[in-house]
Amino acid sequence: MAFLEYAPAPESASILNLKAQYGLFIDGEFVDGHGDVFDTISPATEQVIASIAQATAADVDTAVAAARRSYEKVWSRMSGSDRGKYLFRIARLIQERSRELAVAESLDNGKPIKETRDVDVPLVAAWFFYYAGWADKLDHAGLGPNPRSLGVAAQVIPWNFPLLMLAWKIAPALAAGNTVVIKPAETTSLTAMLFAEILQQADLPAGVVNIVTGPGSTGQALVTHDDVNKVAFTGSTGVGRMIARQVAGTSKKLTLELGGKAANIVFDDAPMDQAIEGIVNGIFFNQGHVCCAGSRLLVQENVHDEVVDRLKHRLSTLRMGDPLDKNTDIGAINSAAQLERIRTLSDTGEGEGAERWTADCRIPDKGFWFAPTIFTRVSTAHTIAREEIFGPVLSVITFRTPDEAIQKANNTPYGLSAGIWTEKGARMLALVDKLRAGVVWANTFNRFDPSSPFGGYKESGYGREGGRHGLAAYLESSGWDAPRAVSAASTDSAKPADSAKPAKRSRKAVAK
Amino acid sequence: MSRLTVPKTYKLYIGGAFPRSESGRTYEVLSASGEFLANAAQASRKDARDAVVAARSAVSGWSGATAYNRGQVLYRIAELLEGRRAQFVDEIVRSEGVSAAEAGSQVDTAIDVWVWYAGWADKYAQVAGNANPVSGPYFNLSVPEPTGVVAAVAPQGVQGGSLLGFVSVIAPIVLTGNTVVVIADERAPLSAISLSEVLATSDVPGGVVNVLTGSAAEIMPWLAAHADVNALDLAGAGAIEGPKGESWVDLQLAAAETLKRVVQPVAGIPHPSIDRIGAFVETKTVWHTKSMR
Amino acid sequence: MTLTHPVALAPTDRAVRLLGGDLTETALRLHLDGLTGVDAVGLEQRAAGLSTRSIKTSSKAWALDTIIRTCDLTTLEGADTPGKVRSLVAKAVSPDASDPTTPRVAAVCVYGDMVPYAVEALGANHGDPDHGLVSVAAVATAFPSGRASLAVKLADTRDAVAAGADEIDMVIDRGAFLSGRYGVVFDQIVAVKEACARPDGSSAHLKVILETGELQTYDNVKRASWLAILAGADFIKTSTGKVSVNATLPVTLLMLEVIRDWHRLTGEKVGMKPAGGIRASKDAIRYLVTVAETVGEEWLTPHLWRFGASSLVNDVLLQRQKLATGRYSGPDYVTVD
Repeated sequence: MAFLEYAPAPESASILNLKAQYGLFIDGEFVDGHGDVFDTISPATEQVIASIAQATAADVDTAVAAARRSYEKVWSRMSGSDRGKYLFRIARLIQERSRELAVAESLDNGKPIKETRDVDVPLVAAWFFYYAGWADKLDHAGLGPNPRSLGVAAQVIPWNFPLLMLAWKIAPALAAGNTVVIKPAETTSLTAMLFAEILQQADLPAGVVNIVTGPGSTGQALVTHDDVNKVAFTGSTGVGRMIARQVAGTSKKLTLELGGKAANIVFDDAPMDQAIEGIVNGIFFNQGHVCCAGSRLLVQENVHDEVVDRLKHRLSTLRMGDPLDKNTDIGAINSAAQLERIRTLSDTGEGEGAERWTADCRIPDKGFWFAPTIFTRVSTAHTIAREEIFGPVLSVITFRTPDEAIQKANNTPYGLSAGIWTEKGARMLALVDKLRAGVVWANTFNRFDPSSPFGGYKESGYGREGGRHGLAAYLESSGWDAPRAVSAASTDSAKPADSAKPAKRSRKAVAK
Repeated sequence: MSRLTVPKTYKLYIGGAFPRSESGRTYEVLSASGEFLANAAQASRKDARDAVVAARSAVSGWSGATAYNRGQVLYRIAELLEGRRAQFVDEIVRSEGVSAAEAGSQVDTAIDVWVWYAGWADKYAQVAGNANPVSGPYFNLSVPEPTGVVAAVAPQGVQGGSLLGFVSVIAPIVLTGNTVVVIADERAPLSAISLSEVLATSDVPGGVVNVLTGSAAEIMPWLAAHADVNALDLAGAGAIEGPKGESWVDLQLAAAETLKRVVQPVAGIPHPSIDRIGAFVETKTVWHTKSMR
Repeated sequence: MTLTHPVALAPTDRAVRLLGGDLTETALRLHLDGLTGVDAVGLEQRAAGLSTRSIKTSSKAWALDTIIRTCDLTTLEGADTPGKVRSLVAKAVSPDASDPTTPRVAAVCVYGDMVPYAVEALGANHGDPDHGLVSVAAVATAFPSGRASLAVKLADTRDAVAAGADEIDMVIDRGAFLSGRYGVVFDQIVAVKEACARPDGSSAHLKVILETGELQTYDNVKRASWLAILAGADFIKTSTGKVSVNATLPVTLLMLEVIRDWHRLTGEKVGMKPAGGIRASKDAIRYLVTVAETVGEEWLTPHLWRFGASSLVNDVLLQRQKLATGRYSGPDYVTVD
């Protein structure tokens, strides 16, 4: 059986022009950090790619000060039209360097080049393109008259879609007139560094975007800094909870995009082959490192066996291996720590009585790998039905009626996304109404678009990214056209609206 | 001895190609100080008829493209304009008799207006469309859709408007997926044809923008009455006068026969506005039942 | 309205096993209408995903040879003459005279009345493609429209079989299908299959052309595929190549999914032939990938897979030449047929 093994089709890494060591990106320049430098490795081979600087609290302070300065002196005084032009430039530069960015992301994160080339990087360019056009149209965004920027935004992003999450944070913040200090994830800082080079090529004024690399403690220092007006975090619910506690009582605005345990609901009248693709895409795309992953398959009991059978058959042509091979479907797990977590939870699943099946994939000697795994006979009471595994592990649960499907789908503290597979429009739309999830995909899964708002209910976080709604996190209305008497009595909204002129923005904590 | 130039021939722009007028007619385009600049094609009603055919066949492809794609294509036009800035400045200086600085300012503004409109392509639906909270078990959504083929008159004889006026009329029409047949400034048409060259080398499909040079008073009555034109933009038609004294009001009267959507003339150059986008869209509202049973 | 007796259908083995002994049009219709639907967006996305496979070096070499080996080299023009058919046959037997390692195509495909010339021109090379010989496929049943009486269509078939055709490519009655007369479509296929029988007990192989471009929706294609298989098709085929929309990767993927499901259900293997519009090697390779990843690579053999093509072979030869010599080739280095 020679053909299906496909000869190697490697994407060349020679397109990259990497430095041996990267600094922090503060005030338009690369500077050394004061913490110990650390390595970033390829999770597929465990080889070192480059050294990354570590930002201490003092470095974070310098970065915030640079963001504050550029906000006061340059960015908040600039017309929306000019801000938009910078963002259009960034979008175009990303398109120009898209192959390079895709290769770097694949190398540093472990995800397949097919994904970075066809999904991640195009979305990154599109995100900047989309928000570029909003910069001079904020009055039309439906967020009240004369919306104003907030000031300096502190942003912390995860390792699963490094450059895309960076785009989701920076594009709307800048379009709305804010400046940014952003901390990439410790294991995936490389594309953020290339992005900094792009900012230099775009001639973005110094200090508008600052990048402070480092571990969790760097992020902590950033979100607790007194002189930031806005905090945006994407990552685990545990850390999100902590950040929510830390901003309590302050006037910092906060948005969180946290974990999920999405239900992918398949009815007996689903378009079957496409549903199988949707299930596979839902949990195995990006090695399952997706907050909105369809990690629970809720299948109508009368088609359970057929669906599971077809799923297993489908997994036989999934290819796990070298992320830079163009035919690879499943890449490496991002880190040893994450691999350990996936293993532990999977063992728990077996221990609690679920039935485990693993796809037949060759595991390379080096690197962090976990073959796609399906658990059947999973009950809602099981740990693997409730805890986010964040890996290529699917838990299969059955339901009998639409009501029961809803009940089980909503029976979770999470509420990020859900999938529905049925040919019946009325049922699909009724389920949409009842699902407590911020994003619902019908007869599809894992679709993203810069114009489409994304975010969760309940412990999956609050706030939305993407679309017109995505601007809301970075703006405040400077006042409704309220009757005179009310305006005089209120505090902030009494000021005349002038989006070009910044109000005094330093936000000390009100109470600690 | 100074180098002999190679003067450009200016033709119509229809269906992505540059034909002469089928009537064979031309008219002299003079500079502000009366010097001969070029012979421009004088469009006939048959050219207008052909332009409508081209515009109609381009609707399905252009409106069927994703909004993001249209935005990208339009933004690229801005890049090309920026690259050819010197050419446009030169043409305006000769046509309008203004200084290079004034011409440069017009070109810069035209590019910025174009960018403003390009950025609306993938957002307009979010501002003009919405879900409707009807009373009953129904999903209900309203979305804007392009009206189809628009016939437009660019501002005529407006100082500082030979390029800017033209751009300000066509950009809001095409960003939502409409196609346009536009009559350029009769006395100063060269910028419009040069812009057509930019369009022809861009990713804008042929037929999305069709440019006629010549007399709006002669051509517009045919377009206003044409049953396969969906809307009229009379921005620059304010001062036109037909052989029997007809005015723009007669165009609106003719349009009434087929209930075209009509935007009345403005003085000078139309400002960038979301209203100009909305004038050329239809709103479609869809209902779908919802039930768990 | 009165309740009438359901119309009985010719009882094929397959249909009776699946639907029961009293095979009627009603039973057939209930089955076909009861199949789960196809989401077009999802289907097309899966096809697009399969198209991103990068087939290089040794895989590419094998793929190029397999394309030629499974090609039905075709001429179906009103202007066909014995001379044209002889020229086609010469190409089929020796696609690239400058490279003797080039495999032969699987078959030549001609109109029924051209079969004698094809048989004569092939001579000793006429036979089973699995043994390196070339077979003769004939289109029949008032190809391409299918608009003629059943008697005419059967005569068309019998003539071609009698003249030596090994394979018959028939067209279904699309008018009957689109107006819901599944029984008529079914019975016609059964009748044509019977007309493929030879006096010695053997039978020409039957490919059933659905004309997917006229069926338009994927749901229709899925139903027609099942119908053709139940009626006894050896191969299901996308198109005649004579309408504006012919073979596409998504529609081929869908038909392969039906073939896969039939195989899982019964263990039987039905063949697949996309025809029309596949001109570039790059596209043909995508089809091979789709076969391998949907039904398995054991289908990539002449008795289960064919490309209906004319100019594709030359493009593959150009690619083979590049692999062999390292430089890009040109049209002067491949022969016209």
